[in-house]
Order: sequence, then structure tokens, then C-alpha cells
Amino acid sequence: MSTPVTETPLEEHGGGDPRSSRRLRQARELGILLALVLLVVITTLVNPGFLSSQSIDDLLLGATLLTILAVGQTMVIVTRCVDLSVGSILGLSAFAVGTLFVSFPSLPIVLVALAGVLVGAACGLVNGTLVATARVPALVVTLGTLYVFRGIDHWWASGTQINAADMPEEFLGIGRTSLLGIPLPAVIAVAVVLGAGWYLGSYRSGRELYAIGSEPQAARLSGIPVDRRVLGAFIANGALAGLAGVLYAARFGTLDATVGTGLELEVVAAAVVGGVAIFGGSGTVYGAALGAVLLTTIGSALPILQVNAFWQQAVVGLLILVAIGMDRLLAVRTARRLRGGESSGA
Amino acid sequence: MGTQPSPAPPPLALVEAAKSFGMVKALQGVSLELRAGEIHALCGENGAGKSTLVKTIAGVHQPDEGHIEVDGQPTVFAGPADAQRAGVAVIYQEPTLFPDLSVAENIFIRRQPLGRGRRIDRSAMRAATNRLFARLGVHIDPDRPARGLSIADQQLVEIAKALSFDARVLIMDEPTAALSGIEVERLFAVARSLRDNGAAVLFISHRFDEVFALCDRITVMRDGRYISTEPTAELTVDAVVRSMVGRDVTALFPKQETDVGEVVLDVAGLTRTGVFSDVNFSVRSGEIVALAGLVGAGRSEVVRAIFGVDGYDAGTVRVGGTKLTAGRPAAAMAAGIALVPEDRRQQGLVMEMSVERNATLTRRWALSRFGLLWRRAEERAARTWTDRLQVKAGHLSDLVSTLSGGNQQKVVLAKWLATEPHVLIVDEPTRGIDVGTKAEVHRLLSELAGQGMAVLMVSSELPEVLGMADRVLVMHEGRISAELSRSQATEETVMYAATGQEQEGSAA
Repeated sequence: MSTPVTETPLEEHGGGDPRSSRRLRQARELGILLALVLLVVITTLVNPGFLSSQSIDDLLLGATLLTILAVGQTMVIVTRCVDLSVGSILGLSAFAVGTLFVSFPSLPIVLVALAGVLVGAACGLVNGTLVATARVPALVVTLGTLYVFRGIDHWWASGTQINAADMPEEFLGIGRTSLLGIPLPAVIAVAVVLGAGWYLGSYRSGRELYAIGSEPQAARLSGIPVDRRVLGAFIANGALAGLAGVLYAARFGTLDATVGTGLELEVVAAAVVGGVAIFGGSGTVYGAALGAVLLTTIGSALPILQVNAFWQQAVVGLLILVAIGMDRLLAVRTARRLRGGESSGA
Repeated sequence: MGTQPSPAPPPLALVEAAKSFGMVKALQGVSLELRAGEIHALCGENGAGKSTLVKTIAGVHQPDEGHIEVDGQPTVFAGPADAQRAGVAVIYQEPTLFPDLSVAENIFIRRQPLGRGRRIDRSAMRAATNRLFARLGVHIDPDRPARGLSIADQQLVEIAKALSFDARVLIMDEPTAALSGIEVERLFAVARSLRDNGAAVLFISHRFDEVFALCDRITVMRDGRYISTEPTAELTVDAVVRSMVGRDVTALFPKQETDVGEVVLDVAGLTRTGVFSDVNFSVRSGEIVALAGLVGAGRSEVVRAIFGVDGYDAGTVRVGGTKLTAGRPAAAMAAGIALVPEDRRQQGLVMEMSVERNATLTRRWALSRFGLLWRRAEERAARTWTDRLQVKAGHLSDLVSTLSGGNQQKVVLAKWLATEPHVLIVDEPTRGIDVGTKAEVHRLLSELAGQGMAVLMVSSELPEVLGMADRVLVMHEGRISAELSRSQATEETVMYAATGQEQEGSAA
């Protein structure tokens, strides 16, 4: 209290708290983290076995796929699009990996993994091209490709199943390898989160993704190559879904045409819970990753807390509603602050 | 065609440019030369084609005919990025900011200063932003998001952005609409210093005092055509207004004399913060009242509030003495108001439905039996009104989207007249309609008034306003700035009131 309060500068424009909305967004990520910690603490109190190292490994492994998918999804959602086909892409990529091992057992693992990622990127290319050229909302396009990619998967698999025995031991070992005590897939996921966060935050083209989702019309007027950027986001998302497919194959070893079915909604849920605005323009991959970890943790904590599986879905639903409610609250608050200045012009 | 034999070619010129949107010719054979070291004003009424011209120069639209010249060289701007590369910076009428990005990023989007490894150098960006704001003499936190900035501050960010380009050509499309006096002065100082450094500036404004204070030459456009370019020193406000509106007021608008009756619609103290304030007027039966003014003056917003589409913060709307509940279109309809909206494709019609379905949309319940709508009943009801309005459609079951603009408008009118309203509000009733149909719509409005309907007409077309209205209310920046009787209303008086000028206009 000893320092005198400085006068506000004479010409301070804008009014209100200039950083309130940013602070609110960070508060959002902190909120998720808090919820996560709370959940873990309570569950551990009920059942001390929850924090055993085996269980943590399981948790991290479980969250890996969802986290990677949520990161990719975030890149698409910030541009005011959405990709519902990620579950099918994951399935297709996983099956491609398995098939390659069956047909060419001598191929190096790295090459096969790369092929899985490329399959995903190709699917993303299809999505992005359709969205950019057909001028159809991404929701509709990817709802279509969700079934198309799944259909290709079924046609390809034609009822067969690939088992762990068909794949090399070292590949299946990826899931059990650990780096500094952390399972390798989790390390990969963390690298993906950090890489994507770095790119979106610090590179021109990354910031342009936010600009596009924030105000598409203004983005075009500013000369941002909107279609190219959106295409890029879809390809990146596809590639990440492909990567998730590779990790899925390595972890579960049993692959058929139904792998990844229904995953897309969980991915979107993770991103939304993590504070990624569904209408684009805001949200970070860190938030989305936290959302994914939170959803996974709920999945494994609730059975320990002896909560009915039905309630588990209800809790996820509630979280989404809370997340959207917070978005809405923010929008209403800003709108109220804006009133008095805004004219809806012609 | 012939290039000027001037020593240095102008940094930017538009040569014989034409641009159409569907049937609407927005630009026809317009040439404009922006010279280095000159501030050039562009004046014209609503719909004269100014914004289209700006967007053509900015690379948003590509001209159908004619071309753009940069330094005398014919050039094609395939997109806004091309125009930016040629040194053209644009401040658009509507701020084009990204609400989720920071102020600094909004200014430097696509051009953020880069540090090591092509990463964005945030501190350099912040410093550059502060320098720009210092030049403008304002302070806005570069790190705050653009969301929540007032319109004036958004405009200042736009100006800072245009400055940051070090543009050779600066286009300002009504940049001062939201600014206060001091901010306008600062903007002018910046514009002058840019000019003195050899930039070409194009300034668009409806405020004549600004145009005359700032600009070296004035170009007037009307109906998408180039009218004249003169040095400011040789012009007066009166001369500019005359060339802006100077078209023939034809006898196309036959308003019949009617017996004016009781007050039907009474609006008192209607206010919606930031959009319009203290709007008072009444409309009597048998009367046509026009609501004139520039685009963005708040006319459409007022009629939307009266009809209950938007809410309002203060004031009352009475129909036949009964107060209406705010924000309830159903209540307005029940009280006998009909609103024919401005944008008939978006708000007036369901384009994918048939003519008859559209025409009977307002009477679904009255026409249904046992809760079901019978096609025959719909067709009969639609037929009566479409015949009366002479809608030209192959079949009533044709999609309404297949009709011409004029006939679509008649379907919208039919739909609302079928509710037998006491008050008919029409927002830009003849926009984008051919001359023949226009006259029919006018005849119809006049007939309806003759039968005792109270008609409130929002129109940007002065001849229409002057020809049709018994009284003219002129709006300027959200307020009614003048109420003119039929005899008082002329193109000049309406234009002066709409631009917020004093009544006696002969400037020295």
C-alpha cells in the first residue's frame, strides 16, 4: 500500500480491463488443471491404488491418442471448421499399418509409421480440398468423409482382422518403452502438443489460422490465403490422426475395420472442454490437451469411485455444457461492454 | 483511353472500369486518377458505387471491363494481397478486425516482425504498435484483444494498420464516421503528412466540411457513373450536392391525394443505446411517411425495433392507441403492423419454397383446417393477392427464386397485405427492381394509402422519397434531424439534413 497508485494515462482507450478476456482464457486452462488435480486427489483418497505407477502409465497411455487427436482438431476448429472424420482416419491409418506389416514383414518400423501418418495426411488433404473448393461447411463435408473413409476401411479389411502376432515385437513394444519413466507414446503426445502450441503461437501462418476463425471476411480482406491455410490445417489434422492410428496399432495390436469408431465426438468434446471456441478464433492446444487428459481421467476415476458408467457420460456432457456456458458468458460480457458503441450498419 | 502526358504517371489509376453484380451495374466506365502528393475526395449518394470502387482498387473485386494502372502500367489485382504489394492500404467503412487477436497482431497480421527462426518477435511488434499509436496521439494497449474495443478505437486501430504499411496509396472509406473531433483532427494531420511525403490519398466522406477542409480535388459519382472531377477551390458545397443528386425527378411516382385520418402508428422517445436515440414520430391513416437518410443512419434499425425484431431500451410504440410489447413481432402483427424487410432474399422470402407457399406464409393458421394446410386453400388465397399485384409467375407452384426481383418483391408485399395490416412498413421497397415494376410498386403503395392504410417507407432513393411521401423524416447518425412536409422536401434539403449540415448551405 506504500506505493502511490499511478493515474491512468490521459488517453487510455478501450475502457474496462484490457486483459480481462485473456486472463479469463488462462483462468479457463487453470480451471481444467484444477479440476484434474481435484479429481485425482479425491480418487486417490478413496482408493490409494489409483496413483500406483502402473495406473499412471495406463492413464497416460489412454490419454495419448485423445490428446494427439485433440491437438489436430484444435488446429481445425480455430479456423471455424471441424473435422468429424478423425475416428475413421485413425482406423484407416491403423489398418494400413497392420496390412503393411503383414504384407512386407521386413519393412523398417519407421517407414511403416511414416506410411500411417501419410495415409492420414492424404485423408486430410481430401477433407481440406472439399471444404475449400466445394464451399460446403466442414461439418457436412467431414460427416460425409467419416462414412466414406470408414467404408474404404471395411472394403479393405473385408471382414479380416490383424492380430498382434502379425506385427513385429519391437513395434508392439513402443507402447511399453519408456523414456525417463514416461511411456514413449506419452512423450510423443507431449512433443506434439508443444510443437503445435509453438507453431500456432509464434508463426505467422499459425496466427493466421486464428485470424481466419475469428473473422473470415476480414481475413480475406487482409490478403490471407484463407483456402490454403484451411487446407493446411486439415492436412495437419489428418497427419496427426494418422499418427494416432500408428500408436493405436502399436498399443492394441488387434486391428479390424471398426477401430476408432465414434472417437470423433470425444475429440471434439476434449477440445471444447479445453476452451477451444467451437466458432473458431480462440483456444489453445494446451487447453485441448488438458481437456483430453481430464476426460480420460474421468473415464478411469469414476469406476474407482464406484460411479455408474451411465453417470460417466453424463459428467462429460455436463462438462461440455459448463465449457460452452463459459464461452457464452464471455461473449455476453463483451457484448455488454461493447454496447453503446456498436451499430449494426445497414 | 488516352493516357495523360503528365511528367510522372499517377501511382494508381482506374481506367474505364465497369463492374456488375448480377443485374445491378455498380460501376460503369469509371476512371479515377490518384496522384502522388494529393488528397482526393470521392463523393456520391448511397449506392453511387463508391464502396465498389474502393473494393476494386483494393483487389477485392476484379473489374468486368477496364483495368487498374499502377505507375501507368496496366495491372491486375487478383486479390487483396496483390493490392497490398502494390502499396495500396485501405481503411474500410466497417472495421475489419479480428476480435480474438491482440491489437498489435491486428495491425501487423501477415507482416509481423520476425525474429530468429522466423518466429514472431512480439516485443518488436509491441514497440512498433506503440510508435504508431504515438504518431496518432492515442494510447491503446497493444496486447489487449480487439474484442471489446469501441467502434472509434477499432477505427483508430484500422488507421494505425494503414499507416504501418507505409502505403503509397491510402484509401479511406468514411473513416471519420465514428471518430470525435480531436481524433478526426489527428487523422487529418496524418493524412496531410502522408500527402506531403508523396503518398496519394483517397478520402470518402459524407461530411462536406471535412471534404473541403482536407481535399485537393473532388470527384463525384452518381448511379455507378463518373460525373466530374474538379479542384476543391473551384467548388462549393452546393455545387457538389447538385452534381451528387442531379438527376431528373421523373413523374414516375404518382402519389394520389388522400384524406389523412387518425394517428395509427405513434412512436415516442424510441431509443436503442448506440444505434438510435429519442426517435419521435407518428403516421396517420392514409399517409405515406418516408424515412430518409444515409446508409447506417439507423433507419432500418428503427423500423425493426417498431416491428419487434430487435428490442429497444426506452420509448414506446403505439398502434391505434395500444402500446406494443417490445421485442415481439407476433404482437406487432396482431396489432396490424406489417414489415416488408430490406433484404427480401434473406428476410422476406423462403427462396426454396413456391410462390403460393411464400404468399400465404403469414396466414398459415387462418388457412388451415383441422391443423392441416390444404394446398387448394393456399392456392386460392395466394391467387387473390398475386392477381391483384399482377405477379408474373409461370405457375404459383414455381419456386419463388425463379422470379425476377420485382416480382419477388410483389410476393413479399402480397404476403403481408394478406394480413390486412393497418400499418405497412416498407424498407427499401424498390431496391434492385426495374423501372416498370418500380412504378407499379409505387402505384400500389399510393393505392393502399388511399384506402386508409398508414405507410412508413424507408428509402435511400431521393426521387422515390420526394415523389411518394406526404412527409419526410430525415435521420442522421441515429437521430431524426429534420421533418419536412411535402412542399419543403427537395433533394437539397433532404441531403443537407441527411449529412447533418446546417440548413443554409452556401459555403464561402
